[in-house]
Amino acid sequence: MIKKIESRNFNIKDSHVLQVARQNGRYSSLEKLFSMSCEDVLNEVDKSGLRGKGGGGAATGGKWKLVPNPSKKPTYLIVNADESEPGTFKDRQILEYDPHLLLEGIICSSYALHAHHAYIYIRGEYVFWAKRLQIAIDEAYKAGIIGESVLGYDYKLDITLHRGAGAYICGEKSALVESLEGKRGHPRLKPQQKEPEWFFGCPAVVNNVETIASVPYIVENGFKAYREFGTEKSPGTMLFGMSGHVEKPGIYEIQFGESMSEFIERIGRGIKNGKKLKAIIPGGSSVPVLRADEIEGITLDYESLKAHGSSLGTGGMILMDESVFMPDVVKNLFEFYHHESCGQCTPCREGVGWSDKLMGKILDGHGTKKDLDTLLSLSFILNGKTICVFAPSVAYIIDSYIGKFKDEFYSLVK
Amino acid sequence: MSWQFNAENENKFQDLLKRYPKKNSLALPALWMIQYQDGWICEDAMKFLAKKLDTSPMDIYSVASFYTMFHLQPIGKYNIQVCKTLSCKLRGSEDIKKHIENRLGIKAGESTKDMKFTITEVECLGSCGTAPCVCINEDYIQNTTPQMIDEILDGLK
Repeated sequence: MIKKIESRNFNIKDSHVLQVARQNGRYSSLEKLFSMSCEDVLNEVDKSGLRGKGGGGAATGGKWKLVPNPSKKPTYLIVNADESEPGTFKDRQILEYDPHLLLEGIICSSYALHAHHAYIYIRGEYVFWAKRLQIAIDEAYKAGIIGESVLGYDYKLDITLHRGAGAYICGEKSALVESLEGKRGHPRLKPQQKEPEWFFGCPAVVNNVETIASVPYIVENGFKAYREFGTEKSPGTMLFGMSGHVEKPGIYEIQFGESMSEFIERIGRGIKNGKKLKAIIPGGSSVPVLRADEIEGITLDYESLKAHGSSLGTGGMILMDESVFMPDVVKNLFEFYHHESCGQCTPCREGVGWSDKLMGKILDGHGTKKDLDTLLSLSFILNGKTICVFAPSVAYIIDSYIGKFKDEFYSLVK
Repeated sequence: MSWQFNAENENKFQDLLKRYPKKNSLALPALWMIQYQDGWICEDAMKFLAKKLDTSPMDIYSVASFYTMFHLQPIGKYNIQVCKTLSCKLRGSEDIKKHIENRLGIKAGESTKDMKFTITEVECLGSCGTAPCVCINEDYIQNTTPQMIDEILDGLK
């Protein structure tokens, strides 16, 4: 079941050190990279069907093609390492065990995009990982892998690590760019037609760490090799995570399209202490919850989860056993979203806080049926009326949890 | 204006200036430098930074106050951050929090009188697979147990 493309070097001792990384194949794609034209690399990635692995699942090639070519202004690659979706802890494995894979991916991707400067925006809490990555960057500069000339080829590339400071919303790509410009992390209005992001008015592409880390394999082995894994519409592999009430929590790389229940049983060794599964959040807290009886037949790819009324998201699953009381879970998630709302749009700023207060009142035993009705009507106010998808996520939480575990919520109100 | 970068931070700041298309980008890195230098970010330091970046002190304050990791007031020497989000909660973060509160005799959000410890409840630290997670200043403690907390707090001077 396990397929190691990105995680190939994770178990090698000192794999984060340049010398060890190089002995184990890092930077080996660069020779082929520079024998190709920038456009060929872009096409190769496009044909591979690589999809963004930070939660949205947008086609990487499609995103890259939005960058004007040729562009009068410099193009930038921005790597999103602001991993803070609850249940998600995959990017840090790459940063910890194979930072040179990320740097190799940045070189490949920047070359395809005609970019000469890449920024990595890492969440502020990841101090250990930021230090490790900075050491890797310094090593790469010293060895001539990046800088004025990438390994002696006629291509210049700088990489700068930029630390965030504890704002979940900066994982949203336009908020991330705002933050990188030195402002509050407020998401930007989306244009009607697809456009690249704009960093100080210059075209920029924002990609997740894991997406970028998938690129070297595609460059080195071709798009067909990548498509051998996964499904037609969700090609390749992904680092799936399990946390919560599971016997063996962790990050495991498997190809798309594997059975969800088998993944939990075989790789995660089932539910902790032999208990029964009650519910599962398939891809970070922002996606609709699934009841245990709903997961039969679900395969781990974007299409299957969508067909079952949820979303693959970041692939970070949170498992909950039979002892969990769902209203407590919802309160916990509301607190998270209340704390992290950036406050830009009124429906989100007020609505999420209101939901949190209502849920607190209900859990304290002072709630009425009318409060639950209000909560459900808040979902309507939150969904589709704000700049980013933060508020809709809260709407999904309200709808899916109350819809699927009705009895537990109504047992609390008069 | 009295506040200044120390020499090391001034050099770092000048180096970073070369790495961004506009100096506005330096707001976050510079606020980090201020916080590392003083332990927190005071008003004078924000005024100093505003001058450096050719912007208003209000702009800097607006940025600094947006990000939860910037402390606009002094905090304890050791900031004990307990993750309270779902994956950690499912694996017992509440017990860990109570254990720390009982041990230090303060509640989350408070500091001890000698300003040695502050307890903060924080949202997802990205350590869901090794929950529950506690972060003391910048170091993650993973798969935390009350015994581990005791051992670590005993060792903190």
